[in-house]
Amino acid sequence: MKRRTFLGGAMAVAVVGQGSRALAQQPPIKIGMSMPQTGGLAGGGKASLLGIEIWRDDINAKGGLLGRKVELVVYDDKSSASETPAIYAKLVDVDKVDLLFAPYATVPTAPIMPFVKQRGLLLMGNFSFQVNSKVGHDMWFNNAPWGPADSWAASFLDIGQKAGGKNMALLTADQEFAQNLALTARDVAKKRNIPVVFDQSYPPNTVEFASIIRALKAAKPDIVYVASYPPDSAGILRAVNEIGIGDDVKIFGGGMVGLQFAAVMSNLGSLLNGVVNYNTWLPEPSMYFDGTKEFFDKYTKRAVEAKVDPLGYYLAPFGYAMGQMIDAAVNSTKSLDQKGIAKYLRENEHKTIVGPIAFSADGERKETATLQAQFRGVKDKDIEQFRSSGKQVILFPDKLKTGNLISPFEAARK
Amino acid sequence: MDLLLGAVVLGVLLGCFYAAVSVGLSVSFGLLDVPHVAHPAFLVLASYGVYQLNESYDIDPLLAGLALTPLFFLFGLLAYRVYYETFEKRGSDAGVRGIAFFFGIAFIIEVLIILQFGVDQRSVSATYIGKAWRFGEFRIPIRQLVAFAVALALTVLLAVYLSKTFMGRAIRAVAQDEEALRLMGANPVRIKQFAFGIATAVLGIAGALLIIVAPVEPTLDRAYIGRTFCVVVMAGLGSISGTLIAAIILGVAESIVLTLFGASWAPAISFAMLLGVLAVRPQGLLGR
Repeated sequence: MKRRTFLGGAMAVAVVGQGSRALAQQPPIKIGMSMPQTGGLAGGGKASLLGIEIWRDDINAKGGLLGRKVELVVYDDKSSASETPAIYAKLVDVDKVDLLFAPYATVPTAPIMPFVKQRGLLLMGNFSFQVNSKVGHDMWFNNAPWGPADSWAASFLDIGQKAGGKNMALLTADQEFAQNLALTARDVAKKRNIPVVFDQSYPPNTVEFASIIRALKAAKPDIVYVASYPPDSAGILRAVNEIGIGDDVKIFGGGMVGLQFAAVMSNLGSLLNGVVNYNTWLPEPSMYFDGTKEFFDKYTKRAVEAKVDPLGYYLAPFGYAMGQMIDAAVNSTKSLDQKGIAKYLRENEHKTIVGPIAFSADGERKETATLQAQFRGVKDKDIEQFRSSGKQVILFPDKLKTGNLISPFEAARK
Repeated sequence: MDLLLGAVVLGVLLGCFYAAVSVGLSVSFGLLDVPHVAHPAFLVLASYGVYQLNESYDIDPLLAGLALTPLFFLFGLLAYRVYYETFEKRGSDAGVRGIAFFFGIAFIIEVLIILQFGVDQRSVSATYIGKAWRFGEFRIPIRQLVAFAVALALTVLLAVYLSKTFMGRAIRAVAQDEEALRLMGANPVRIKQFAFGIATAVLGIAGALLIIVAPVEPTLDRAYIGRTFCVVVMAGLGSISGTLIAAIILGVAESIVLTLFGASWAPAISFAMLLGVLAVRPQGLLGR
């Protein structure tokens, strides 16, 4: 009997051993994506990729997905919408990747949406805004915390109205993301009977914003909603500081991309004070979930070596969360069947390092987790200050709130 | 009325800044006929040099720009010599291949900047950045006034140098008739090389103005290719004073459109003006 048990055990060990050797010999699971590594979106793209790479290393250290190693296939899309369709066609047809992650941002993502829908492919979206609203792809899942389309503008206008704002100025970059934001802001303003007293779009590559800010100031707005891209955000804030914005303004900001990146924040320093702007993750007490601290410990070490955003709050943890969701879906469905993974993602709530995530039918977050936070007490030339709480006080959403608005804008800047 | 007046004032300041970033191209492309599409990349490279000096040694951006001019002069001499030996010397299709050469240089500069500084925006600090002079309700950004004054001085100095000094006249002569100069015993290639060095040296200061006016990032050169060539062509090839006038016209037009008619129209208006000038005066405003 003992001999039989021993033999059985030995055979079992041999079978398992062969099995794991077979698993180890299986080809890796390839996840393909383009990511802006050069151009205006590169700062964000690099930080996002580092977040995804940290997840890849963590999952591989645990034995991979379905016992197979995870490999990332990444191309630089140069922040350009014209590059991504060819890259994604190559990823699917030549590289034969198993899963697709979208590039960072709206502009490079929008042109690949018809392709993934036509091919019936799952696409994990990476911080784009409303790229699926017209395409209606049912295998799209955006990792960004935006939630319902109008919640972004609505939360900002809510805070502005509560501070006594009665009319609004809109200043937006002439590109897809900012225009989508502006569209929702106009809709919300219309529904609430808030007159739009200034509504201007500026072209990419605008060098100097002093003239535009003078015109905006002359319209005497109460609420100033700005949807800008990183190269412009700094120019706008500088011009506001020099030209002034008027004492009527109760709240300024809303949709300024760039004010989440360490280099821009450090460059602008005290010019940031008073601005209320959207954000995704901030080092406030309400923002820590399982694994958040461990992630940032790893990120902080690797960011220096990789020469990427040393803070990495905006995108990096969401890149990691994207991997966590894929991990949960693949392990639960025990397959790489994209329809099955999509069904799992749609029907479940997912625990991630940026909090619980659940998706609506359109693949956007069911509930908004977009933060509106006010910069306070920021000094010049000090990146480290942004690692402590209190520099960006969360005003919205209520369950993550860490303070109240200081208004008017000019008073909040002192 | 106040808005219009303000737009004109800010436009003049912006125009002088455009003149400063274009005046080197007016020499290299306008006078020497070199298809220098890497001009804005050299400009951005200078800005990063200024950033490094400002960040590491706290040197004022303008002084840093001045300190970079000899280095850029040598860089210009080298770049022209490589261009001449590889393309210009070989004859007729040098122009087209020269464009590819300078595009290549621009791309290499971009990549080198990314490798060294990363892709994030960089800016400098100085006491005059971020503040404004008040005239009643009207405010003028001091960084724009600094850029205006330096740009004006730079353009006037270059114009005086080219018209009053022996070397300056030689540069103009080589632009007019290279063969005649050769018959007089001068070496046109050396003169052109020297002129290209001057055109590149000027970028030290212009690069400083660029990063004083706004933060820079590695691919910013692409935003300036259109503007700088527009100014130089509208001015009339090789005309330094024309460059100043064309740049001011462009700056004022942009500023008025940004202030009064809607920012989206600004680039369209600028290029419509260029087409208008070329339709009426194909040789440009002050071209011969």
